[in-house]
Amino acid sequence: MGKTLFDKVWDAHVVDAIENGPQVLYIDKHLIHEVTSPQAFNELKERNIPVFRPDQIVATADHNTPTQNQHLPIQDALSRNQLEQLSQNCKENNITLYELGHKYNGIVHVMAPELGITRPGMTIVCGDSHTSTHGAFGAIAFGIGTSQVAQVFASQCLLLTKPKSLRVSVNGKLRNGVLAKDVILYIISKLGTNSGTGYFCEYAGDVFENMSMEGRMTVCNMSIEMGARGGMIAPDDITFDYIKGREFAPKDDEFDKKVEYWKTLPSDKDATFDKEYFFDAEDIEPMVTYGTNPGMGIKISQHIPETSDASFEKSLDYMNFKKGESLINKPINFVFIGSCTNSRIEDFRVAANYIKGKQKAANVTAWLVPGSKQVETQIIEEGLKDIFDDAGFELRQPGCSACLAMNDDKIPQGEYCVSTSNRNFEGRQGQGARTILASPLMAAATAVEGKIIDITKQLN
Amino acid sequence: MEKFTTLTSTAIPLNIENVDTDQIIPARFLKATDREGFGKNVFRDWRFDKTGNINDDFILNQTEYNGSILVAGDNFGCGSSREHAAWALTGYGFKVIVSSFFADIFKGNALNNGLLPVQVSADFLKVLLSTIKENPSTLLVVNLEAQTISIKDSSFKESFEIDAYKKTCMINGYDDIDYLLSKKDIIEAFEKQKTY
Ligand code: SF4
Repeated sequence: MGKTLFDKVWDAHVVDAIENGPQVLYIDKHLIHEVTSPQAFNELKERNIPVFRPDQIVATADHNTPTQNQHLPIQDALSRNQLEQLSQNCKENNITLYELGHKYNGIVHVMAPELGITRPGMTIVCGDSHTSTHGAFGAIAFGIGTSQVAQVFASQCLLLTKPKSLRVSVNGKLRNGVLAKDVILYIISKLGTNSGTGYFCEYAGDVFENMSMEGRMTVCNMSIEMGARGGMIAPDDITFDYIKGREFAPKDDEFDKKVEYWKTLPSDKDATFDKEYFFDAEDIEPMVTYGTNPGMGIKISQHIPETSDASFEKSLDYMNFKKGESLINKPINFVFIGSCTNSRIEDFRVAANYIKGKQKAANVTAWLVPGSKQVETQIIEEGLKDIFDDAGFELRQPGCSACLAMNDDKIPQGEYCVSTSNRNFEGRQGQGARTILASPLMAAATAVEGKIIDITKQLN
Repeated sequence: MEKFTTLTSTAIPLNIENVDTDQIIPARFLKATDREGFGKNVFRDWRFDKTGNINDDFILNQTEYNGSILVAGDNFGCGSSREHAAWALTGYGFKVIVSSFFADIFKGNALNNGLLPVQVSADFLKVLLSTIKENPSTLLVVNLEAQTISIKDSSFKESFEIDAYKKTCMINGYDDIDYLLSKKDIIEAFEKQKTY
């Protein structure tokens, strides 16, 4: 019987197995950041265990960093301490760190792919659930807890039970104005937030085959929002072209040799999956969420469903929305374009392309936060910053920012924010903040109009 | 890690579905660099309002409900991988979480911290929630060895699944690092001959 992409990568990394128990899985790359690593470093220190393979770890500062005045000392003492600890831990253990201000600094899931650290066939972990992003390259990538961060520090391995396999296929041609973000929000709205629990998901079909690497990363990024540990897309020429020439990508002959291997990874024709879903690209529209989990999404032309159960009602209550209402024309005061879901250059190109020649609505506070220093530089070099400036937008400095509101970028109580991030949980963007997830195009349009619009009406 | 064998305790019924780790411990409390002190901020934004006043409606603030078992709605622990959520729950004093469904990463994090996730059927959960709500002094018995959960002195009982390896770890207080370190030789040999 044929093997899936996931099987091929997983099986190549199994070091050992416990009878009737988990397997020992070898980890190629371990990405770390300031929030979920300090306790793991402490644990190793307390138990007198050295970091086993420091050269397979890369660190960045992203979750807790300011997005303005990054050259100045950080005001908040706790945040400053957390970043200092990361620097010190990396120094003591010989770990490469792209700290605040470094030309490679950025959100861990933006920085690693753009440096060529992320490659097909790898196992990649990070103490962050959106590590699933890297699966866009045909890697097995997933988020882990801090105890597991310590395990990987100690042994470069994890004890895991092999997840089941799931495939989501989307075929057909996407409509005008429908982006990768809409595709994944649509899938989650159809499947629900725990349909993927216990599974690793492969995305297949011509929609993903025709997608850019940026789009594929957006899709895989949100796999965790349907409960799946990770998502993967088969590596192809688009993948290889993206990697080629990047800072840490293999070079010359070594690259060609790798490509030969990477080409063997896609799922075999006769491979079977434990669960399969099929969707039609033409059925997808620009999406918005109306509730407090990413599964609570509707097409922009649809109305909030008339469901009645306690959780649903609690959710609508929090959002101050009514059953049966449409989100079109809802006034919005905050817009966030950023996060590891949508802060890559392509996302800012989409936004700039829409914004060009228009003006930001006066009622809107808009935060444009690039995913990395490199994206920031590119935005400036491509002249996108000028477009944003002319339209009254402010480009901030890279980091996770309002995605989790750990720094000062918080949405005020009761305010709506149309956000390109990945979670609309209660309080995620600040206490009492109300998040509406959408694509960068929908977010840019909201910022210009000061309210939610049906973008397809403008495009057609 | 603390050992876990059996536990008899009253429980708190948290009848909310899809409790995500952002609710268990909001991001603004993640700035600490050790594992201590998260317990006081567990469910912070449900326990307190924005001005810091206690929210009397929230079950954790109703003193008749207490104990080291939390019985929660479906899909508990979804969202962020933050292990701080497990630390906040253990810090507050919970030793067992009961739900009809747990998110993957949370489940792993809980087990790595001696916090036992007990997955029960939706029907069983419903009865647990209503029984405890009605009678806060209801005692639950969780027996890890036998893999059962029951209401004390009743025939109301269900068994639950747990990975055999994880069970041994919980009962003996071992963690994965101990095991992985014992495999160093095999790991080094794997590195030398890996084929990819
Ligand atoms: S941008 Fe948001 S989701 Fe992504 S790593 Fe940062 S906090 Fe996590």
